[in-house]
Amino acid sequence: MIFSGKVFKFGDNIDTDAIIPARYLNDSSDENLRKHCMEDADASFSSKVSKGDFIAAGNNFGCGSSREHAPRAIKVSGVPVVIAKSFARIFYRNAFNIGLFILEADTDGMDNGDMLEIDTDTGEIKNKTKNTVVKAKPIPKFMSELVNAGGLIAYAKKKIKEGRNSL
Amino acid sequence: MGRPLTITEKIIQSHTVSETVSPGDIVNARVDIALGNDITAPIAIKEFEAIGVTEVFDRKKIALVPDHFVPNKDILSAKQAKMLREFARKFDIENYFECGEAGVEHALLPEKGIVLPGDLVVGADSHTCTYGALGAFATGVGSTDLAYAFAFGELWLKVPESIKVIFEGKPKKWVSGKDLILYLIGKIGVEGANYMALEFAGSTFKHLGMSDRFTISNMAIEAGAKSGIFEPDEITEDYVKNRAKRDYVFYKSDEGAEYAKVLKFDAESINPQVAFPHLPENSVDIDEASAKNIKIDQSVIGSCTNGRIEDLRIAAGILKGKKIAKYSRLIVIPATPDIYRAAEKEGLIDIFMDAGAVVSTPTCGPCLGGYMGILADGERAISSTNRNFKGRMGDVTSEVYLANPAVCAASAILGKIAGPDEVS
Repeated sequence: MIFSGKVFKFGDNIDTDAIIPARYLNDSSDENLRKHCMEDADASFSSKVSKGDFIAAGNNFGCGSSREHAPRAIKVSGVPVVIAKSFARIFYRNAFNIGLFILEADTDGMDNGDMLEIDTDTGEIKNKTKNTVVKAKPIPKFMSELVNAGGLIAYAKKKIKEGRNSL
Repeated sequence: MGRPLTITEKIIQSHTVSETVSPGDIVNARVDIALGNDITAPIAIKEFEAIGVTEVFDRKKIALVPDHFVPNKDILSAKQAKMLREFARKFDIENYFECGEAGVEHALLPEKGIVLPGDLVVGADSHTCTYGALGAFATGVGSTDLAYAFAFGELWLKVPESIKVIFEGKPKKWVSGKDLILYLIGKIGVEGANYMALEFAGSTFKHLGMSDRFTISNMAIEAGAKSGIFEPDEITEDYVKNRAKRDYVFYKSDEGAEYAKVLKFDAESINPQVAFPHLPENSVDIDEASAKNIKIDQSVIGSCTNGRIEDLRIAAGILKGKKIAKYSRLIVIPATPDIYRAAEKEGLIDIFMDAGAVVSTPTCGPCLGGYMGILADGERAISSTNRNFKGRMGDVTSEVYLANPAVCAASAILGKIAGPDEVS
């Protein structure tokens, strides 16, 4: 799939407390998650982000808690893809499980407001503002099947339908 | 005879249909225990319902522990706890713990013998890695993963590479599992073991107890690790033998098993550590931290990291007959009802209250900035918990310093970050 939008750029070690602070975890509704997404990293994020925008970050994005509220908050904010130099493990699997694309790529050349065009099939990220191209690491086959199926639950339903006992 | 395997590879392999497994393989693994809490299970329950199955895979292999915002901190939290209760009732979940029996999940499940050596445990909580202390493969997952495990009793896992971490020698006085793991994270960084299993070994662990192992495995995630495991031994056996209600298996790594890295540390030269804001990797020796004269507003002793009876005994030993500094707060949270009761019987609760502490019923509460000890703007806490991210315990301008219970107790007395030798 091809996505176009502008970038919100963050640094290293953006933890899940910054993505969705625990004080809001008494409510997992989309509205609550959208309202407070990225609040402790950038308090104005939820008022600035538009559907189709991207998040780009440095190393270890999504470290800390296993809260799935974090990738969900990003997804319901309309962000289709997160690009980072690296992702923390639980965030990585949560994103695929809920059908949020995440790409590992060099984000040094991306700045706030840059316009990107991302092809999630080829992993090509075009920076239209800077006229540069970076290539993301390929997504493991199983993971791309998962995200293309719409996440783990859609995958599970398909499995039941096909009468399979196993992945 | 196949390739020599690590303990982690062996446990994963024994839970799959594969003949052998190698790091990088994505396998479908059978789950012994699937765990959720009052924050993560509500999403899992909704997703479970979306799958459309009518039964859980095994009512005895699911654990539901309301601990984060329980006793309910507000109406929304009460609704989340209610979802767990209704799900537990509907499927007659054996390991559901109502408030009063419930404690901090990662202290509670080992205490009750629900997780055992050789198990494969998935939990929708990042500190599920705590059970590695028992010689189990245990890892944190998300709510959707948990829903899948509730339905099918299995989950996809990537077999991790392992890093072997060896600590040799007898630790100094006041040096505990907390200090060893903070020291390690300081050396390898918060991403140092991302996607990997940490395997702890060495003579140091003959000098420390199970509670130190739990603390170390608990914070494996703070180095990004998938799990943090110990080979079970006689210390493990002593801990589990009277708790287990089913069989368990002691796995050991094979001679010649492959590691991505082997790290060796001399535990005799390690001092109590303090991790400065806002990452657990910012650890320094207590003397260096103390010399900076850092005033604190609050000290917290508790959590899945350091809320066990051994931790409370250490803290009480320092606080006995002393008062905490004026205008500072000390919050002590025994991690489970059994720990609370033991602390009461041993007179520890009196010691804490005489010192001016507040003693709370078991909850994760302040550790994640939930409730029961939230920081105002600009306030500073020293805490025996596991994370010091920006805003973790309250306002985004507040600060958390991580340390062992002895340092937290001494700091409460002096109203500044201090080592236990400064108050005795």
